[in-house]
Amino acid sequence: MKIHEYQGKAILKEFGVPVPNGEVADTPAQARAIAERLGGKVVVKAQVHAGGRGKGGGVKLADDPAGAETAAKQILGMMLKTPQTPPEGIRVLKVLVEEASPIARELYLSITLDRARGAHAVMASPSGGMDIEEVAATHPEKIIREWADPALGLQAFQARNLAYGLGLAGDEFKAGVSLILALFRAYLAKDCSLAEINPLVVTRDGRVLALDAKLNFDDNALFRRPEIVALRDLNEEDPLDVEASKFGLNYIKLDGEVGCMVNGAGLAMATMDIVKLAGGAPANFLDVGGGASPQQIEAAFKILSSDPSVKSVFINVFGGILRCDRLAEGLINAVKKLGLKIPVVVRMEGTNVEIAKTMLAESGLNFTSADDMGSGAEKAVALARTGRQP
Amino acid sequence: MSILVDKSTRVFVQGITGKEGSFHAARCKEYGTQVVGGVTPGKGGTTHEGFPVWNTVADCVKATGADCALIFVPPPAAADAIMESAAAGVPLVVCITEGVPVADMVRTRAFLARTGSRLIGPNCPGLITPGQAKIGIMPGHIHKVGAAGVVSRSGTLTYEVVHQLSQRGIGQSSCVGIGGDPVNGTSFIDVLRLFQADPQTQVIMMIGEIGGTAEEEAAAFVKEHVTKPVVGFICGQTAPPGRRMGHAGAIIAGGKGTAAEKMKAMEAAGITTVKSPADMGATVARVLGKS
Repeated sequence: MKIHEYQGKAILKEFGVPVPNGEVADTPAQARAIAERLGGKVVVKAQVHAGGRGKGGGVKLADDPAGAETAAKQILGMMLKTPQTPPEGIRVLKVLVEEASPIARELYLSITLDRARGAHAVMASPSGGMDIEEVAATHPEKIIREWADPALGLQAFQARNLAYGLGLAGDEFKAGVSLILALFRAYLAKDCSLAEINPLVVTRDGRVLALDAKLNFDDNALFRRPEIVALRDLNEEDPLDVEASKFGLNYIKLDGEVGCMVNGAGLAMATMDIVKLAGGAPANFLDVGGGASPQQIEAAFKILSSDPSVKSVFINVFGGILRCDRLAEGLINAVKKLGLKIPVVVRMEGTNVEIAKTMLAESGLNFTSADDMGSGAEKAVALARTGRQP
Repeated sequence: MSILVDKSTRVFVQGITGKEGSFHAARCKEYGTQVVGGVTPGKGGTTHEGFPVWNTVADCVKATGADCALIFVPPPAAADAIMESAAAGVPLVVCITEGVPVADMVRTRAFLARTGSRLIGPNCPGLITPGQAKIGIMPGHIHKVGAAGVVSRSGTLTYEVVHQLSQRGIGQSSCVGIGGDPVNGTSFIDVLRLFQADPQTQVIMMIGEIGGTAEEEAAAFVKEHVTKPVVGFICGQTAPPGRRMGHAGAIIAGGKGTAAEKMKAMEAAGITTVKSPADMGATVARVLGKS
């Protein structure tokens, strides 16, 4: 799960990571009032779940409260487009108004999981404000890493190694060490999957500040982080994704024309692959889970049928213990109930598969059975293209 | 021969009084697995659907001599259940539970390293040695006894390949689902090492996913240490970067972990790669000279 920068900064502040003073606004008048309270120059920053906001015109500097109001007017309501947003952009509904910091140096700091080591890794670089992947590719020596002990966490000496690597000295060094340890505490305490500060800045008056904050959370841990769940912003999520998650479905919209409905993530990915190999393109990733209950199937059909680009549906269910006749019953009921017209190709394995095929054939609905995933994909692709079977 | 589990394996189920645990304990027993009982704290001394229940793993092991744990405990307590079995000296711990927090697995893996226990999973279908023991949620009837060792990060896709193999008359020595999470117990390399040493296994089918570098590491291991033929498939060739494809571990992050990279690493290691998931069984047959 992702949250906004202003929410991330509030969490960081709670754990002792210094952040610039600021408040969030959803009207230009509020932005002006905040700027008046802060005094001096401010930065007005669009709050959307995507990076690269500055280049898209979502971050503006203002000299005074009037300037803050003008900047907020320009940013609020705009469709902000960055390399990380959908092509049409994301509508900006909130701005963060912050005191402008006199930047002396921009650094980079992040914590995430190192899968290969099974440990949380802290990464720092004196080359902040840039795309860190580019730094890693071109100047790998400019990235310092420390791995936290899985049981004991990040130690002070490791934070010192990182702070020295960042080129910090004197009071800035002390502030840096304390900030790194505080960020690690926040990362662990809130079950983050990523805590990234880019840039981390040293100001001309010697402070070390998190100028940006990107916190992502482990979805598997949300059950014990109700305070994080409360920060979820449904405006930032695809409405179809939100609908899918209500039914325990895992749905991701893609660009193709063959709607896919599969049980299990691995098989769902493999089904997308085989649709592509058959000359088509998958319209989505959709994992209905191991059980594929009638409620889930109906919800899945609803989602697929609300996508106008879906021209045919390929259902690939490896039931095993699941009874195929029950699955067929669920499919028939769902298609009838929703009045679905697009062709549906069904490939299933499990007990009573022959009975299930007969049920589909005799339903009078637009079902086509396939014996294996290869022929199922070919049929679904042909039906999407021409409306006819190969 | 086979790997990890056979007729002599004595299994207990953690979370046996739950819906999943209870259902699958019975299915495993039906298959012929020695299921000796289960553990649910607070329900010790009772019997659940014919299975004796203990309060603690230590009590269960002491009473039954069980040597394998099968875990269906829900995510908030799954990591604790794994550690309880490891602390009780259970050599093989299989965790089916989906949705265990990553931070819990980081701590649990460190805990396991100080014990002699091996963990399979979490978020996996478990493992099976056809004709001997089924310790997991896979449909037993699709398997046949034979020479193909199967190792996979995914569940239903493993059933798919097993089905393709059995239909062609190719049985399996053992099939191990290592799970789709970013931090898990047993790795591809661990299982490849076991298959290489197992006389029954003549060919290895390995199914990977996008995300992480486990497949690349496995490929390097195959190049150095595996003399048996290996067939490989990676699902997620069409997955867009930055989107988690169901499994917590299946995400292309920072341009790394793509299917193309993994296939390339496998090919460089002499692994026969399969482009289409419909051709997995046929490719194993060809490698075995059975087509």
